[in-house]
Amino acid sequence: MDRILFGDNQFFGVNHMSEEKARAQAMRFQDTGAVIEVLDDAYAEGIRTFMCTTHERISEVCDYFRANRDKYPDFKFYPCMPYAHKYANAAAELGVLGAIRSFLPEENAFRALLKGGLSLARKDIEGLANLLIDSEMKMFAGLPTPVVFLQNVATDFLLGLGFDEAFRIFADCVRTRYGAEPGFISMNAPVLVQRLQRSGLENPIICTNINKIGFRMSGGMAAYEALMASGRCRLIAMSVFASGALPPQEALEYVCSRPRVNSIVFGASSRRNIAQTSRLIKQLTAA
Amino acid sequence: MLRAAIIGLGKMGLSHHSIVNAHPDIELKAVCDTSGYMLDLLSRYTGVRTYTDYERLFAQEQLDCAFVATPSKYHARIVMAALDRGLHVFCEKPFGLDPEEGYRLAELAERKGLVNQVGYHYRFVAAFNEAKRLLDRKLIGDLHHVRAEAYGPVVLRPKGSTWRSQKSEGGGCLFDYACHAIDLVNYLVGRPRAVSGTVMNSVFSNDVDDEIYSTLHFSKELKGQLATNWSDETFRKMSVKLSLWGTAGRINVDRQEIQVYLRTLTQPFEDFKQGWNVRYTTELTKGVWFYVRGEEYSAQIDHFVRCITERAESLSSFRTASDTTLVAAMMRADAVKPQTTVERERPPVASEPKAPKARKRNLFGRLLSTG
Repeated sequence: MDRILFGDNQFFGVNHMSEEKARAQAMRFQDTGAVIEVLDDAYAEGIRTFMCTTHERISEVCDYFRANRDKYPDFKFYPCMPYAHKYANAAAELGVLGAIRSFLPEENAFRALLKGGLSLARKDIEGLANLLIDSEMKMFAGLPTPVVFLQNVATDFLLGLGFDEAFRIFADCVRTRYGAEPGFISMNAPVLVQRLQRSGLENPIICTNINKIGFRMSGGMAAYEALMASGRCRLIAMSVFASGALPPQEALEYVCSRPRVNSIVFGASSRRNIAQTSRLIKQLTAA
Repeated sequence: MLRAAIIGLGKMGLSHHSIVNAHPDIELKAVCDTSGYMLDLLSRYTGVRTYTDYERLFAQEQLDCAFVATPSKYHARIVMAALDRGLHVFCEKPFGLDPEEGYRLAELAERKGLVNQVGYHYRFVAAFNEAKRLLDRKLIGDLHHVRAEAYGPVVLRPKGSTWRSQKSEGGGCLFDYACHAIDLVNYLVGRPRAVSGTVMNSVFSNDVDDEIYSTLHFSKELKGQLATNWSDETFRKMSVKLSLWGTAGRINVDRQEIQVYLRTLTQPFEDFKQGWNVRYTTELTKGVWFYVRGEEYSAQIDHFVRCITERAESLSSFRTASDTTLVAAMMRADAVKPQTTVERERPPVASEPKAPKARKRNLFGRLLSTG
């Protein structure tokens, strides 16, 4: 994994601080060309990994990078699935099982099974999971996706339920069908890592909030510090600026000095910010 | 350790399942739903006991509390059954569709000394609580206007097959969506005394309303407006915003931030200054022990648990939720009242248009025409 990963929240009107800023971003990036321009800037600044949700508009970004492989030969994608709002909105309209059914391919035996009563055998659950994962991965066909993530809403929901088997199913599917490493995004990393280990998933890739003010580091700073010290997982730090609550230098000094944080993911909309953040991370990592 | 059960495993029930199960002071004993497949899946992979009949669940399980997250029209009877068994109850919003039924349940729970809470989770959003704190201190003076808005992408097509699209099931924007905004107004400003000019409009739905607009009357000095629309995909997810105008300033508040404008600051208050003061969720929000989908969803469950262990009254009780149902019910009644027709007070008298007079030629014309 690269030290610096590029995130995509800024492209889809996600801003944890301000709805006005979120809308301004949604307007600026409604044309995929504007997204690609920023990714181009990131590439020019030496960033080689784009960590993105399986938002339907990412498929246009994928089309561009597929068509221009020679221009970006070493550019990688880390898909994060599912795009949760798609499921949540569908669940309000169609019910929970109806929502799952609506994302399965039209011509599929599982669709009928879900209607008639799917068996509980692991192979059937696995089959269903495979289909849902396939439908999210379709847009990345032909592009390198060395790590595939389960989004935090899904990870933490399953973690709360105690449905640990789902993590195994996800990991197996990602490994066998895509030759990729499974990753887990979570707001509850200390608990998650324990449970993944109990399920036999050793040294997992975990993407979680790591920031100086403890914003959305559930379980508390102490538990996170212990996790970082333990070396029991490969960590990607997200929300390092705590949604803008921390100034860049102070924020990055903290995260770059943490032990065993492999990578840092951040999003930015201007070349200047991308350059500044990348430079700071490199400087502070070397220090 | 509180022993709990969840009745209803739709979107909200499953969300509660995850959060409740992760709470260190709750032991989730059993769940109940009508979907056999969902139950089988949970039973097999999480080990929770499952029921398809809540009466049987209540009869067979030793419980301290129950979480009710069924479609709205079943809330009252399940809550009643739970209270009858002496259980503390957390019920999803809206509390019910009939305010009087809600008040009766509130009285019953209060009489039995049982903690009662409704899932109006915006009461647990830090920015709204900060607004409440400042309003209670009259930082922006005496309020004269409030605007409550809620928009989001719920119904974006005519089709819809769940209870949310059926009026008889308690579906519709008013009870399912606008109630959040109404409840927040009640929480921050107080319950309106009257409503008028209510408009309930359908954008896509056949059977239910998709947008509601209404005027709120609190006192002679204070009025407000409500605007809600769940057919608006320009919002990524539900967004509730309150704007409050006072004699000394203004507050805009949503989940993410609170903007406070102070016209004057007669005496120093914390680090507030004259003009704009902005605080973000990142500095206002307290962390939660377990996060699934927003701190407020976890915080409301934790609050319920604390109320039980500390014998305290909930911040979002059956009674406050019934107030919200009452306002919504009054809006629905108001929406069918006659409107004021737009017409001129004294319409012009209808009469035959006068025929134009034959023009008399003047001397010059006559002279010309004779040629």
